[in-house]
Amino acid sequence: MTSLLAQSINLFAVVLLVLAFAMIAQRRILTLIHLFTLQGAALAAATLIVGFLTGQHHLYYSAAMTFVLKVILIPILLHRVIERLNVRWDVETLFNIPTTMLIGIVLVIFAFNLAAPIAGLSASIARGTLGIALACVLLSFLMMIVRAKAVPQVIGFLSMENGLFFAATAATSGMPMIVELGIAFDVLVGILILGVFMFQIREQFDSLDIRHLEKLKED
Amino acid sequence: MTFTGLFAQLLAIVLALALAPLLTGWVNQWRAWLQNRRAPSLLQPYRVLHKLFNKESVVAETASPLFRVAPYVMFGSMALACGIAPTLSTDLSLAPAADAIALVGLFALARVFISLAAMDIGTSFGTLGARREMLVGFLAEPALLMVLFSASLITQSTSLAKIVETLAHQPFAIYPSLAVAGVAFTMVSLAENARVPVDNPATHLELTMIHEALILEYSGRHLALVEWAASLKLFAYSCIGLALFVPWGIAEAGTPLTILFAIPVLVAKLAIGGVLLALIETINAKMRLFRVPEFLATAFLLAVIALLVHVLLGA
Amino acid sequence: MLLLDWILIVIAGWLALGLAGIAALRNTAFVARTLFPAGAALGLALAGFALAAMFDTPQTAILALGLPDLPFHLRLDGLSAFFLFVIGATGVGISVFAAGYFRQGEGTPPGLLCLEYHLFLASMAMVVLADDAYAFMVMWETMALSSFFLVTTNHRVPAIRAAGFLYLLIAHVGAIAILLCFGVLQANTGDYTFANMRAQSLPPLWASVAFLLATLGFGAKAGILPLHVWLPEAHPAAPSPVSALMSGVMLKTAIYGLLRVGFDLLGAQQWWWGVALLAVGLATALYGVVFSAVQTDMKRLLAYSSIENIGLLFVGLGLGVLFNAYGMTALSALALTAALYHVIGHAFFKSLLFLATGSVLHSTGERSLGKLGGLMRRMPWVAWLSLVGVLASSGLPPFSGFVSEWLLLQSFLFTTDLPDSFLNMLVPVLAAGIALIAALAGYTMVKFFGVIFLGQPREPKLAEAHPASPLERAGLVWLSAGCVLLGLFPVPVIGIIDRVTQLLVGGGIGATVRANGWLLLAPSSLERASYNPLAFLVVVGLAVLLAAVLVRRFYHGRLRRAPAWDCGYPAQTARMQDTAEGFGQPIRQIFEPVFRMRRELPAPFDARPVYRVTIEDHFWHWLYLPLARLTERIARVVGRLQRGRIAIYLLYSFVTLIVLLLVAKS
Repeated sequence: MTSLLAQSINLFAVVLLVLAFAMIAQRRILTLIHLFTLQGAALAAATLIVGFLTGQHHLYYSAAMTFVLKVILIPILLHRVIERLNVRWDVETLFNIPTTMLIGIVLVIFAFNLAAPIAGLSASIARGTLGIALACVLLSFLMMIVRAKAVPQVIGFLSMENGLFFAATAATSGMPMIVELGIAFDVLVGILILGVFMFQIREQFDSLDIRHLEKLKED
Repeated sequence: MTFTGLFAQLLAIVLALALAPLLTGWVNQWRAWLQNRRAPSLLQPYRVLHKLFNKESVVAETASPLFRVAPYVMFGSMALACGIAPTLSTDLSLAPAADAIALVGLFALARVFISLAAMDIGTSFGTLGARREMLVGFLAEPALLMVLFSASLITQSTSLAKIVETLAHQPFAIYPSLAVAGVAFTMVSLAENARVPVDNPATHLELTMIHEALILEYSGRHLALVEWAASLKLFAYSCIGLALFVPWGIAEAGTPLTILFAIPVLVAKLAIGGVLLALIETINAKMRLFRVPEFLATAFLLAVIALLVHVLLGA
Repeated sequence: MLLLDWILIVIAGWLALGLAGIAALRNTAFVARTLFPAGAALGLALAGFALAAMFDTPQTAILALGLPDLPFHLRLDGLSAFFLFVIGATGVGISVFAAGYFRQGEGTPPGLLCLEYHLFLASMAMVVLADDAYAFMVMWETMALSSFFLVTTNHRVPAIRAAGFLYLLIAHVGAIAILLCFGVLQANTGDYTFANMRAQSLPPLWASVAFLLATLGFGAKAGILPLHVWLPEAHPAAPSPVSALMSGVMLKTAIYGLLRVGFDLLGAQQWWWGVALLAVGLATALYGVVFSAVQTDMKRLLAYSSIENIGLLFVGLGLGVLFNAYGMTALSALALTAALYHVIGHAFFKSLLFLATGSVLHSTGERSLGKLGGLMRRMPWVAWLSLVGVLASSGLPPFSGFVSEWLLLQSFLFTTDLPDSFLNMLVPVLAAGIALIAALAGYTMVKFFGVIFLGQPREPKLAEAHPASPLERAGLVWLSAGCVLLGLFPVPVIGIIDRVTQLLVGGGIGATVRANGWLLLAPSSLERASYNPLAFLVVVGLAVLLAAVLVRRFYHGRLRRAPAWDCGYPAQTARMQDTAEGFGQPIRQIFEPVFRMRRELPAPFDARPVYRVTIEDHFWHWLYLPLARLTERIARVVGRLQRGRIAIYLLYSFVTLIVLLLVAKS
């Protein structure tokens, strides 16, 4: 039973990775939010299992916090944002999607390689997942780079935070509680600020295309 | 080559030939129910085959012999595919003759022949169908190969029988790579069997059709063979999927009686799989043709990720 | 007599046939009906001797040719015998075909053509026999020159002259690299025999330099990225038998050179050589196949497909080097076996397809795919035989292409023991690339066959197409029989290739393979992977037959001919079929960044709507045109020296002399 649970951490890690890829491939903002919600749920489940296996009870709290924050609160916020802004469908990308996905594969190989020697040192139960977590972070970063609109960029940012959180959980069985609380609060505040920011962009330019921000520089 | 192996082999092929139209009928029935329609009888595909065989074959004046040969080649290839896919037992006489790579080659052989036959008449729909079929094929084929490779890296063998035997007879374990590969395999199977997000098997006279455009000129016994071969293909894909991802219940070597037990298990698994397929077809809309390459590229990438995950996690 | 002597006699025979051609310069009937069939017979003899030599000990000879004190050293070992076999066996089919193909009034007189053709054959055979750098380079250049003259057979067409020039240019860039490579290999001993080079142990840096030079030089001949641009120009420009020889056989001499230098002389020591070959090969193969899919000229399509296959060969060699460098002899032998199998498989099917385009060209006068179609009914022999080549080329079981693809994928798959984790991850992913390339090759080949032979004739004049002559058919039958046999009986062939891999990496898979009988191919163990093409064919054949018989038995076999249905649309014309452009459209769309594309789309109200799409190679604009501009600029600077007065030229010489004397003094 325990070994199956340990294996299921790997499974959740792969689910996170696949969801990160799915986000890169996704064209619709609404689906993007759904994917993000799923990623949060997978993260919460993985944290729960790591907590159970290592007997570190503070991980239960962080799992619960992840669930409340990333599966309920932030998605609701995002839904309201896109409803108010009326941007449910379109996602513009700077590169075409297949090219982005190919770059993604290269990033995954890079991340796996980087993590391979570290994984050998760590004695944690889910050491193999460090590479996956790193890949998730890089993929989300990539997504932030290639998206032209503000909302997907915010989602990319949040998903990057998911990857970091997972790396912390998997490699070192979680950060101290106070750090986690701080990060969670940061993320929440961040999303609120970014929400206000997005409204401001649209007020200013009548569009959420962040390429308009280029006009702001002084020549 | 053992006697039980030969027996299992013959049984597998005969069972595939007999059950394949039933699976098609089952999926059609469930699809109709899920879509609030009255369902055709479960045995409808058999009636259709019988009727088609009885009809005379109308062949276009411009057709070359290749046109008349192709349905037979397709049928023969699919029969062999059902023979080497481990449906009931992993002790198959034909298993050493063709491994996973050869299986993919076999599907490609059938595809090339039917595409050439479609181009043979020289009609606009025929060539259009051939082009689209090859388009689906050139992306689906490597994806399928990668899925099978993930499985063969786990089991250190490309022989399908050996892969399934290893997977079925070891303590239960979660393979994240296989989970990802399973998703990729499902996507590939949908595309290869002309199912809904990619193609709609139930329409004619639609500019988006792929499979039906290919076989537009066939009639009578040729059409019957093509339809039967399409059923066999669906059957083969389902069996491969079940054997790779839900391998339990397959008979192993040297136990002839377990084959008899394997039959009801297989039928039950296929029944559930058929319902799932009908469900997928109902809740999805057919996508634009230009989205198909993206769909298949995603499957391909998922399969590659599965491979990478296997190398990283060793599982 | 030694086998080597017999082989030299065959080569001398080819030269004699060439000279006889000069004697009967304009006598087409004599040249075609007597000299070319005799050349084919000599090719058969060469194949036989080479096959015998595979199982013999290496033999050497010294020919008193060339400069005084610098004789030609020749050596016949397993590697050269294998390539001699490829040259001979493929040459038979091509020569027989050529006997029926060459006719009057095509630029070069037939006698001269005969000389160039047989000189080309003889020089290729001598290249693989050469055992010192001097003989090698002389033969290598003879090969390049004779093929240059063959390419420019139709020298009245400016485009063909341009293609020939480009070919000669890149061939010489490659030759310089090879010459420098030999210079490095002899390690300042002044002894240019291969035996001496083999004995030298170079420091790693110089070994790498030699290897890179060899890759560059032989790669230019083979057409790897980015030195491939001559290939799609030169191969289609030549008459079809010559295209077949160049694509099917001559490219393989480059592979031979790389094997000889990389493995035999340098010992394939460093792993990154393998990675370099892998990367270049994969890029070349992908590039070739994608471009091949969008071509509209049938011979260009095949030429790009040759680039693809050369890429696959490089991938095989790269894996071989990689495994060898890590001491994994069995896997290295497996990868090399796959590559060598592909060498012979490709020689047969690509020659077959090029010859088939020759028949089509002669019979219709058309090379553009957009104006062909429906030839299966007019030329059934050519069509069915090239179907074999098409299936082999697509890598479909049970034909020859599949065996090498299968072996290559096998060597890709079981590599998890590499000591480097990065390579461990990279190698299986590269297998995905191979799978994609193979599938795309299928797409291309369906396009090739379907557009030429199937459907309705796109032009009225195609109705007068005449079937190929008996000799042409005989040549095609020989080559397609090779494709089928190589596909069905891989085990004996691998037994022969085993001799080569033993020589190159000191290991082979022959013994493992033979352990399971001569029908079942299992390169490592039966548990791991096995493939039995004959059983495969028999079962599919049985199923086909059984289905046909049972349908006949239980149902009537009534058949009626009627106009095509096509969803009941009236007024179908042959123009409504997909053209080659149409068939390539999905590829153009998916791989758009790869091409440099220009499109002219018709507007809705055009009185005469025209649709035109041209596809160019990025490399022209990225590499070649800048180089050409640079050369021109330098030439203009140098051109200032040119004054046209003899006194000034004499002054140049005088100044040079003075400077040299000063240099010599100090």
